[in-house]
Amino acid sequence: MRRSVSVLFCAAVALGGCATAELRGTGDLGVIVERASGAVQVMDTTHRAPLARVTGLGDLSHASVVYSRDARYAYVFGRDGGLSKVDLLRGRLEKRIVQAGNAIGGAISQDGRLIAVSNYEPGGVRVFDAATLEAIADIPATFQNGERRSKVVGLVDAPDERFVFSLYDAGEIWVADFSDRRHPAVRKFPNAGVQPYDGTVTPDGRYYVAGLFGEDGLALLDLWNLNGGVRRVLPHYGRGEQKLPVYKMPHLDNWAMADGVAFVPAVGRNEVLIIDMRDWSEAGRITVAGQPVFVVARPDGRQVWVNFAPPNNDTVQVIDVPSRRITKILQPGKGVLHMEFTPRGEAVWLSVRDEDRVDVYATASLQRVGTLPVEKPSGIFFTARAYRIGQ
Amino acid sequence: MMKKGWVAGIATTMAVSCVAPAAQDPPSPARQHEIVRLLQQDCGSCHGLTLKGGLGPALLPQALAGKSPEFLRDTILNGRPGTPMAPWRPFLNDVEAAWLVDRLLQGKTDAP
Repeated sequence: MRRSVSVLFCAAVALGGCATAELRGTGDLGVIVERASGAVQVMDTTHRAPLARVTGLGDLSHASVVYSRDARYAYVFGRDGGLSKVDLLRGRLEKRIVQAGNAIGGAISQDGRLIAVSNYEPGGVRVFDAATLEAIADIPATFQNGERRSKVVGLVDAPDERFVFSLYDAGEIWVADFSDRRHPAVRKFPNAGVQPYDGTVTPDGRYYVAGLFGEDGLALLDLWNLNGGVRRVLPHYGRGEQKLPVYKMPHLDNWAMADGVAFVPAVGRNEVLIIDMRDWSEAGRITVAGQPVFVVARPDGRQVWVNFAPPNNDTVQVIDVPSRRITKILQPGKGVLHMEFTPRGEAVWLSVRDEDRVDVYATASLQRVGTLPVEKPSGIFFTARAYRIGQ
Repeated sequence: MMKKGWVAGIATTMAVSCVAPAAQDPPSPARQHEIVRLLQQDCGSCHGLTLKGGLGPALLPQALAGKSPEFLRDTILNGRPGTPMAPWRPFLNDVEAAWLVDRLLQGKTDAP
């Protein structure tokens, strides 16, 4: 670990000019989580090459990453409550705190000054200064007159210095306004839906959407009109049929929007649901190879890629958006956990956990064009996320 | 999916769980390895890679204390209606689930 980018580069070119060699952008960099090793690899996505491996980040099962607004620092949220700030250019851990006992992810504020972490234990959201990781605010997710605390999921940033998140046990959505960073104003929306398992915000930052596990449908909150409250989208999409057992929770990592519709995973059904974005009605559904986990759109919206829960987690399907048909079935290997597109979508990187590989596919040819060794890879996060709302 | 490769006569030192049918052998070493992998990776996606809990509860011995092996085995095989806990019977048979419960109660969740 701690191999800095500059050292590698200097060694490679064997020139004296290290000061100039240090100059590089971060716009084509990314981080891949090695979930079982407590490490991340910093990747150059242009050359498809590792730049550094940073270790000592704790339990990174289900870890996720957000980026500082200058895209130099990655904030890594670990399962064990660890919040680690990684310097991509120096390839090293800048600072690490353990802020809770059990955590699930986080977000960075609109102005880049605050990092919020979503906690299971103790249930709630804690907010830190992005520069120093100093504690700024604590929002316990209490319900039932303060007698219980809920696990918090689906934490995202939203415009006007807000964080939005869902309370899994309480079935609520909360909006925390950090305009006054030391005194956040929290607005609560009870009865949002049963067991929200994840949430996301549309790319324009307007709508917060929570997926529901305990009932069919999604909970929708218009952040331009909080007084309108939470409403239900696609209620009864399961048509009262018995759900299939769910061997892995789906995710709503980013809102897969394309061609005026959005694509979301159905829970307990081998389907991707299509939502008409004009009125949030169902616009169709596509039968897929298993229960979808991630449903992600290529940045231009022409393709949607889907991976699956066990036992179908060796398969990836590609949906052609105009025809709404599956045009390619890939079998990269056991344990396909995550997919990340390069900023403009010419390639997608897939983590294949059980084979200790990350594969790179060209999205035009749908052929594998590269592979990298990574120990038990899970989440892949490119720095383009630094500029996206809700990521 | 299900692998029932009973290898007769394996001289394993692993004690057969008290809840396993006495007539049956424990899972083969290779199968034990697969079950542990399932525990860490698939159970782990809700209960945590280190079983300290996630969306699902912790599965460490102190968290399971007071729950009977039969109840735990039934939960694994048949799931818990009203919660996200799914029935794992397509992936594990009775003996395998009993073996897994035994390991969980002992806190032995690494590969044997």
